Amino acid sequence: MATGGIEDGNPPLEAGISQADMDYLHIFDIKKMTDAVAAGKTDLINGFPVISLETAASEGILHFAPEPKSPHGADVTPDGEFVVVSGKLDPHVTVYSVPKIKAAIAAGTDERDVFGVGILDFDTVVEVQVEVGLGPLHTQFDNQGYAYTSLFLDSAVARWTLGGSFSDLHSEPDWELITKTPVHYNIGHLATAEGDTVSPDGKYLVAMNKWSIDRFNVVGPLLPQNFQLLDISEGGETMPVIYDSPIGVGEPHYAQIIKADKLKAWEVYPEVGWNPETMSVDPRAVAPGDEGVTRSGNEVTVKSTLIRSHFTPERVNVKVGDHVTWHMTNLETAFDATHGFALPGQNINLSLEPGEHQTIEFDVTDEGVFTFYCTEFCSALHLEMAGFFMVAPN
Amino acid sequence: MQRINEIKEKAFGPRIPREIVFRDRFRFILPTLLMLTAAVVLFVSTFFPYWHMDMEAPQYPRGLEMTVFVNHVEGDVQEVDTLNHYIGMRPLSEAGELERSLAVIAIGALVMLVVAAIFIHNPCALLLTWPVILYPGIFLLDLWYWMQNFGMNLDDSAPLSSIIEPFVPPLIGEGKIAQFTTYASWESGLWMSAGASVLIILGIFFHRRAYKPLLDEAKANRQQHENQ
Repeated sequence: MATGGIEDGNPPLEAGISQADMDYLHIFDIKKMTDAVAAGKTDLINGFPVISLETAASEGILHFAPEPKSPHGADVTPDGEFVVVSGKLDPHVTVYSVPKIKAAIAAGTDERDVFGVGILDFDTVVEVQVEVGLGPLHTQFDNQGYAYTSLFLDSAVARWTLGGSFSDLHSEPDWELITKTPVHYNIGHLATAEGDTVSPDGKYLVAMNKWSIDRFNVVGPLLPQNFQLLDISEGGETMPVIYDSPIGVGEPHYAQIIKADKLKAWEVYPEVGWNPETMSVDPRAVAPGDEGVTRSGNEVTVKSTLIRSHFTPERVNVKVGDHVTWHMTNLETAFDATHGFALPGQNINLSLEPGEHQTIEFDVTDEGVFTFYCTEFCSALHLEMAGFFMVAPN
Repeated sequence: MQRINEIKEKAFGPRIPREIVFRDRFRFILPTLLMLTAAVVLFVSTFFPYWHMDMEAPQYPRGLEMTVFVNHVEGDVQEVDTLNHYIGMRPLSEAGELERSLAVIAIGALVMLVVAAIFIHNPCALLLTWPVILYPGIFLLDLWYWMQNFGMNLDDSAPLSSIIEPFVPPLIGEGKIAQFTTYASWESGLWMSAGASVLIILGIFFHRRAYKPLLDEAKANRQQHENQ
């Protein structure tokens, strides 16, 4: 196993990790795992029951299947019959047959790795290898019998045909590269609409590219990454890039596209005073008219409400050494009427969506006059939605 | 004095009798001019590129390029080295170190040989110039030697050593390495040195034509002298 350490004369991790000719696809039997846990064949690590590698090997929970080295993606076809693996350094995608894997496990294997894990025969479990191009990484699927694999070195998306139950969905021969569309540049992951579910759906593919180079105006050496939208609805050799979108924060990994009508989100919280953590009205919620500041020893309790465009109360007087408990309820019921609450000097920043309640606590250490104010542009008088937090010396 | 003149004539060939110089000036100026031009062109070539490679790949929309001079390499050397480390190729700075360090001195020496040949009027002139004539070929051979030396000796513990078979990039024309297409071309410096070779061959031809009659005459005189 490569452990790195060029400072000690070891090969760098980038070389050491990719030395072996094959890596292993890890195949877990979830049923046997639950049986092992039920039978108590686990070790307790930090209070968690863990199945050890020895147990996984001896109970037949884990099997290995050789795969081209530096593998990316173990993407299961929508019908669950195949697993697509890309060895980054091999121009093929390797398609494993799930039934063949099950049969090979049932037939048993004498070959074991150093930890005693059974190794399945490559040719026995592989359905086919499809040559797609240089640097294949991840694979997604559509509802037309195609698979889409990102090609890092070729900087392209490859469309290829599936076999098995997908054979009738497309007119081309099974397991064949159909076309490649260049993307800009150095694609890593990709996403088709619901493309790794049992029922892929939709017309689009997003290529998540690590480099944008010359796609946008250069405003300095730190460039955005680039999400590109591809129209995959036509099938065959047509697969154009239709939109570039700069992504400021690297690096884009797994994205999911789902149909919008699957989203059934609230527009505002169902009742005023809602606590999103408990998904119920918070008993500490402040009703209009109940606002105020009360003191018990050095315990200060503030009850506030927020509504366009003011906080109630607007002045809060405390002393150094006080412990403040601040209840805040956004009384808004209007769509998108979010208020913010910032208290500089106390390092406090909140976002209060319509109807939301939050309670915060802090110790007062510094004397002075601090302004608290709304941080969401809520109305024409947003700037005036402010108040003073005044701390007297003790 | 007579003896010294004899030795001089043996080493450098016959001097040109005064009366012929004026009568037949062009005959002697032509080879001198050709060889002097060759010497100058050869010297000037050290300032010009000899060999160039363009590299194209999807993630390099502007491409990469490298230009080889006799004593240094210009262009995207660092980026090429960064890419080469994946396939286990040694840094380009380790190629032809001796050649690059000696190139200017060596070419200076070649230039001196051509100049010397102008003053030598016997067949030794050819002997002096043939290394200069062969020089462009020697350059290409050396370049090929280093390309095959680097391309065929990839470090097999490199990250991508398993997908790149050892290879020799073409000395001229198109090549393909992984996602890169390479285009190699011979550049002005190399063409200048080749031109110098042609000029020297012509120069030697006219040089011989100019001085052979004098040599023959001297030889005949000597024989006559001995016979008497």
